[in-house]
Amino acid sequence: MLQVQNLAAARGGRVLFSGLSFTLLAGQCLHVQGANGVGKTSLLKMLAGLSPSPVGRVSWQDKSYAEWGDDLGAQLHYLGHRDALKDTLSPLENLLIGARLHGVRLTEHTALQVLQRVGLACHADLPVRQLSQGQKRRATLARCLALPRPIWIMDEPWVGLDLAGQAELGAWIAAHLNSGGIAILTSHQLLPEQIPSVSILALHAPNAATAVPEAAWAC
Amino acid sequence: MGVLSFFASVLERDVLLAWRQRGDVLLGLMFFMLVATLFPLAVGPEPNGLLRIGPGVLWVAALLANLLALPRLFHGDWIDGSLEQLLLAPYPPSMMVAAKFAAHWLVTSLPLALAAPLLAIQYGLPLAQCLMLVASLLVGTPIITALGGIGAALTLGLRQGEVLLALLVLPLLAPVLIFGSGAVGAVAAGQSGMAELSLLAAMACTSVFFAPWLAAKALRLAIE
Repeated sequence: MLQVQNLAAARGGRVLFSGLSFTLLAGQCLHVQGANGVGKTSLLKMLAGLSPSPVGRVSWQDKSYAEWGDDLGAQLHYLGHRDALKDTLSPLENLLIGARLHGVRLTEHTALQVLQRVGLACHADLPVRQLSQGQKRRATLARCLALPRPIWIMDEPWVGLDLAGQAELGAWIAAHLNSGGIAILTSHQLLPEQIPSVSILALHAPNAATAVPEAAWAC
Repeated sequence: MGVLSFFASVLERDVLLAWRQRGDVLLGLMFFMLVATLFPLAVGPEPNGLLRIGPGVLWVAALLANLLALPRLFHGDWIDGSLEQLLLAPYPPSMMVAAKFAAHWLVTSLPLALAAPLLAIQYGLPLAQCLMLVASLLVGTPIITALGGIGAALTLGLRQGEVLLALLVLPLLAPVLIFGSGAVGAVAAGQSGMAELSLLAAMACTSVFFAPWLAAKALRLAIE
């Protein structure tokens, strides 16, 4: 259970949102919506533990993020705007090294299977700089599929993917939710229909953040 | 997997990345060689003069070559988003930074220190001074990496960050230069030079111990 209480963010002295509270249970997905610059990415970075929140409290499994400390990284996947791939390494090397840095030693066989799932089996040995934007995104998503983590935080994950890729990503997120994970996504599109129990959080500029509750979570 | 294993993973990763872009590493080395070669051309081939300025010039050239490479320490990982992933790894961020420092030192400073005796020949430095030059570079350059690393983390993402980094770090590195070239000068004066080297080693221990922690704090600010 991810609990967010009274969260606020500011940038350059301007309040982006404040008083944000919600609870996400296992299997639930939160779709963060809002215009450009209302603080979607700031919120996601806070939820990923990358930037501290000046006020409020975020807790996962009844332990606050501060209590989790460095171990929080083993609980979540954060997918930012940038792909976090090294240009000179192949998708396979990126995946193996990325997993090792998270304390997981993948065998090459497992890694290749994951790359096959994301449709990069034929490109596993090419340097990433030779891949297209969508293929890079797939290589990044391979990390999410290879390392099981209960929280998926994804900033515009559909950007750059082709239609088939968008559908596949929808299916992967749905499978993640069905296995008891939670997902927090931003997207300017509607989420694919196969994703179950989506709640929508609409951020508004400049000071009010309103949530439209759909399931069993309240403001 | 323990913290040490994480350290080794980051170190291995950075060395592999440097190997894939070995041109960058060579650039620093070539810069060092070029600067060190320009001085005898400008000052003239008078042996006593060259012998006197040799240690200082080589140390300044090594310092500048190291400084030139510092922005590379975090910039690549910051620009492609890998830095966020590195900070999200379930281990202390200071350990990640320490490993990056170690890798940076291995691929940047170590080659410079090993190339220094070749350049010392141009200045006619005797063997004892050459050896002290290498020793002082080996002990002194970790300080450049450590203090410079804090600067690199602080200036990450700033406009004109590289220039700011140099202005920020160079004054702090003055003692390194003084004791580094001083150690070689002491050998030239017939002393052992161990006093300067010991001071350099003490500075290296302190900076290597504290810098990763400070740089990790600065990196957290940079990615917010």
